[in-house]
Amino acid sequence: MWVPELVSNEELSSKPSRSKTQGDQMQYVITAKDLTKTYGDVTAVDGISFSVPAGEAFGLLGPNGAGKSTTMKMIGGVSQRTSGSLSIMGLDPESHGPEVRAHLGVVPQQDNLDEELKVRDNLLVYGRYFGLPMSYLRPKADELLEFAQLTDKAKSKVDALSGGMKRRLTIARSLINEPRILLLDEPTTGLDPQARHILWDRLFRLKEQGVTLILTTHYMDEAEQLCDRLIVVDKGRIMAEGSPASLIREYSTREVLELRFGSERNATIGAELEGIGERLETLPDRVLIYAHDGEAALEQVSARGLRPVTSLVRRSSLEDVFLRLTGRSLVD
Amino acid sequence: MTDQSAPAVSDAGGRGPAAPALLRAHSPAVSAARARRWGSFYYAEQVLRVMKGYGWTIVMYGVGQPVAYLFAMGVGLATLVDSQAAFGGVSYLAFIAPALLISAAVMTAANEFTFPVMDGFKWRRVYYGPHASPLTPEQIASGHIMAVTLRFLLQSAIYFVVVALFGASPSGWGWVSVLVATLAGLSFGLPLMAYAASIKEDKGQFAMVMRFIVTPLFLFSGTFFPLDSLPLAVQWIGWISPIWHGTELGRVFSYGYEEPPLLTIAHIVFLVGLAVAGWMLTKRQFVRRLGQ
Amino acid sequence: MSTLAESHNPGGHSVTEAARNRRFGPMYSRNVKAVIARGLMATKSSNWMVMLSGFFEPVLYLISMGVGLGAIVGAVQGPGGQEISYAAYIAPALLAVSAMNGAVYDSTWNVFFKMNFAKLYQGMLYTSLGPLDVAMGEIFLALLRGLLYATGFTAVMGIMGLITTPWAILMIPASVLIAFGFASFGMGITSFMKTFQQMDWINFVMLPMFLFSATFYPLSVYPQYIQWLIQAMPLWHGVELLRQISVGIFSPATAIHVGYYLVMIVLGVMLTAGRLRKLFLK
Repeated sequence: MWVPELVSNEELSSKPSRSKTQGDQMQYVITAKDLTKTYGDVTAVDGISFSVPAGEAFGLLGPNGAGKSTTMKMIGGVSQRTSGSLSIMGLDPESHGPEVRAHLGVVPQQDNLDEELKVRDNLLVYGRYFGLPMSYLRPKADELLEFAQLTDKAKSKVDALSGGMKRRLTIARSLINEPRILLLDEPTTGLDPQARHILWDRLFRLKEQGVTLILTTHYMDEAEQLCDRLIVVDKGRIMAEGSPASLIREYSTREVLELRFGSERNATIGAELEGIGERLETLPDRVLIYAHDGEAALEQVSARGLRPVTSLVRRSSLEDVFLRLTGRSLVD
Repeated sequence: MTDQSAPAVSDAGGRGPAAPALLRAHSPAVSAARARRWGSFYYAEQVLRVMKGYGWTIVMYGVGQPVAYLFAMGVGLATLVDSQAAFGGVSYLAFIAPALLISAAVMTAANEFTFPVMDGFKWRRVYYGPHASPLTPEQIASGHIMAVTLRFLLQSAIYFVVVALFGASPSGWGWVSVLVATLAGLSFGLPLMAYAASIKEDKGQFAMVMRFIVTPLFLFSGTFFPLDSLPLAVQWIGWISPIWHGTELGRVFSYGYEEPPLLTIAHIVFLVGLAVAGWMLTKRQFVRRLGQ
Repeated sequence: MSTLAESHNPGGHSVTEAARNRRFGPMYSRNVKAVIARGLMATKSSNWMVMLSGFFEPVLYLISMGVGLGAIVGAVQGPGGQEISYAAYIAPALLAVSAMNGAVYDSTWNVFFKMNFAKLYQGMLYTSLGPLDVAMGEIFLALLRGLLYATGFTAVMGIMGLITTPWAILMIPASVLIAFGFASFGMGITSFMKTFQQMDWINFVMLPMFLFSATFYPLSVYPQYIQWLIQAMPLWHGVELLRQISVGIFSPATAIHVGYYLVMIVLGVMLTAGRLRKLFLK
C-alpha cells in the first residue's frame, strides 16, 4: 500500500492524475450533487456539484466563510446535509457514517489532538477507533512518526509541540488506518513558511502513493502547488472549476503588472492608464494591469509620463482568477 | 542502498528489524464493522488512558477526601454526637460511612461530567477527533460514560476497603454499596453531562452547579445526621437528591438500616430513572452538537 | 497650567523618567491603584452570581451543621467554659475557613491562571508597573472580596441569633487579617507551581486543615502530639481567634493568634516579592 511510485514532481504536474490515464471508465471516489447546507437562515453551501476520481488531488479554494469547511464536514460524514446527494466510495455518509469514515483520513481545520496524551499515544489511541490491533498499531505509529519527522518527540506531551509539529502529528494521525482518501481542511493555515514547505513535501509523497487528497485552502500558492484540479468557491457556490493552469489561462492573462502610486492616487489614476493591457483592476493599495507581456505594458506606462512609486511584473496566479471571478481579494 | 527521496514510510519497511512488510491495516469494511460493534469501548479506552495520566490525583480526590471526612467526623465529631439512638442503633462512624461513599461518587461525577465535556466540545475539542473516525456520537458519549463508571467503581471499592478496615460496615452485604455509589454517581452525573454538552459559552456555569447544587445536596441529604432532624423548609432538598436516595440505600446494605421495602424500591427507581433519562438526553445532545 | 509647565520642563520629568529614578527600584512604582482599578473593572464584566455564590457556601454549612447536627449535639463548651449552642460554636470557625478558602483561591488558582494562561502579568510588567504593585493589587482585591463575605456572614450570624456581644463586630477585621496571611503566602507558593497537577496539592493541604482544625469539635479529642501539630497550622489560630472574639472572651492566647498572622503576613509578602523579582526581573 505504501509502495512509492517513482515519478518526479514535474512528471506528476504534467500528468493530471494516475487514474485519469487508466481509461475511459473513470472511477469516482466522491460524487456530490446539488449539495446544500443551511444553518437557520444562513446558506453555507448552496447547491454545489463535483466529482473526484481516485488518486486526484482536488482542491476547494475560497475565502474564509465560503463554505469549504462545511463541505468537508459533509464529505467526512460528520455534518448532515440539508439537501442534495453525496456518495463516498459509493456510500451515503448519512446512512453509512461509520463505513464512510473508515475509508477516510481527516485533518480538521483546528487540531483536536489529545493534549493530555503523549505524541505516540495519540496515534495508538486513534488507531483503536478503527478497531486496529496493537500489533499493527505499534510499528505503524513509529513508521508514521518518522514520516512526520516526529520520531524524537514520540514521548513528548502534545502541548510541548510547535504549531507545525502539531499539524504534522494530526496528518500522521489521519494516516493510521491507511486511508485511500485524505481530507485536509486548511492544512497549513497559521504555519510559518518553513513549516508549510515541510508539510507540502509530505503531502506530495502521499499523492505519489496514490492517495486521493481533498483539500481546502485560501492560499493560492498552496492550491497551485498541490492540486491537480480545483473548484473556486465563494458564498457557497462554485465559481469556476479546472486545473490551476487552465483556470489561470481562462480567467487571466499570462502576466500582471502591479503598480503603486501611493494611496492617494491609486484610486484616480485608472483613467490615465486606460488602454494599456487587456484589463485593469484598481485595489486600495495598488493597480493591477493584466497583459500578455508585463514589461511592454510597463514601458507604455512610462511612455505616458506616469511614474509609479513601485512597479512589479509577475505571472498570473489563482489570486487573479479569484479577483476576476468575485471582484474581491482572496485573503482580506 | 537507501534512496533519500523515497518516502520515509517505505524505507522504514526495508530497514526495520520487524520487517513490517506484512504491516497492513485491515480493510475499511472491517474497521467499520468493528467500530459499530465495539466503538464505545474504543472511546472508553481513550478516556481511561487520559485518566491514567493523573491517577494519583484521582486516588487522592476519590479516596483521600472521603477518608479524611471519615476520620474527622466519624472519629472526631463522634465524641460529641455518639448517642447511638439518634443513628438507628449504630455508631456515628457506621452511620456516615455509606453517606461519604455516595457523596464522593457524586462529587466525582460533578467533576468528570462537566469540564471534560466542555473540553470535548469547545476547549481542546477532543470529541472531534474520534468523531472523524468510524465512531458515532452516541458511542463517544457512551464511551466517556463507561470510563467514568469504571472510575466510580474503582474509587468506591478502595474506599469501601478502608471502611471495612475501620469496622464500619457491619453487614455482609456492605459491598453492594459500591454499586449503589456508582449508580448514584451516574444518576446525578448523566443529567449534568447532558447539560454540559449543551453549553456553548463558559460563563462560570459549572462553578454555579458546584456551589448551588452539589454543595447543598451534600449538606442536606442526611449525610451527617438523619434528614428528619432538619426543618421541612430544607428537608425537601434531600428528597430530590441522588445523594440522599443513594445514602439511604447504602445504609440498608451496609448496616441493615430499617426502612419500608417500598421506600427501598423507590430509591432504586429514582436513581435508575434519573440515570437512564440523563443517558438518553446526553446521547441526543451529542448527536445534535457533533452533527452541526 | 502646571501640566503645561511640566511638559516643557527641560529636565524631562516624563513618566518613564520618573519610573527609572523611583525610590523602590524596578520592584515597585507606587501604582497599586492601577492594578486595583483593572481588577474592579474586570469584576464588573464577570459573572456576579459566581462572585455571590462564594458567600453562600459557609452559610449553607452553618445551616446544615449548625441546625441539623446541632439538634443532635445540643450545647457545647465555648471558649470561656460557658455553654453555647453548637451553631454558635461552629459559626466563627466556618468564617475563618471561608476567609482561608477565599484568600487561597484568589491567590493561587486565580493567580496561576493569570500567570500561565492569560499572561496578564507579563502584559502589566511591560508598563511602568513593578511586580510588587501587581502583587499588592491582587492581594488587596482578594481582601476586599473577603471583607464583603465576612460582613455578609456576620450579618447572617446576627439574624440567626448567634451574636451575643458587640465584640463580635471585630470578627470582620479579624477575618481580613486571616485572609491577608493566607493570600500573601498563597501567592508566593503559586509562583513555584508549573502544572495543574501541582495545583491540586494545594487542595490536599486545605481539606485536612479545614476538617481537623477544631472546626467542628474541640481539639481535646486528639492525643497530645496531634494537638501540637494542629496548633502549628495557621487555620487553627484563625478558628480560635474568631471563636474568642465571637463571645468577647480574651486570653493571652489571643495575642499569640494575632501575632501568628502578623508574622505570616510579613514572611508571605517577603516570599512573594522575592519570587516575583526572580520570575519577572531576570
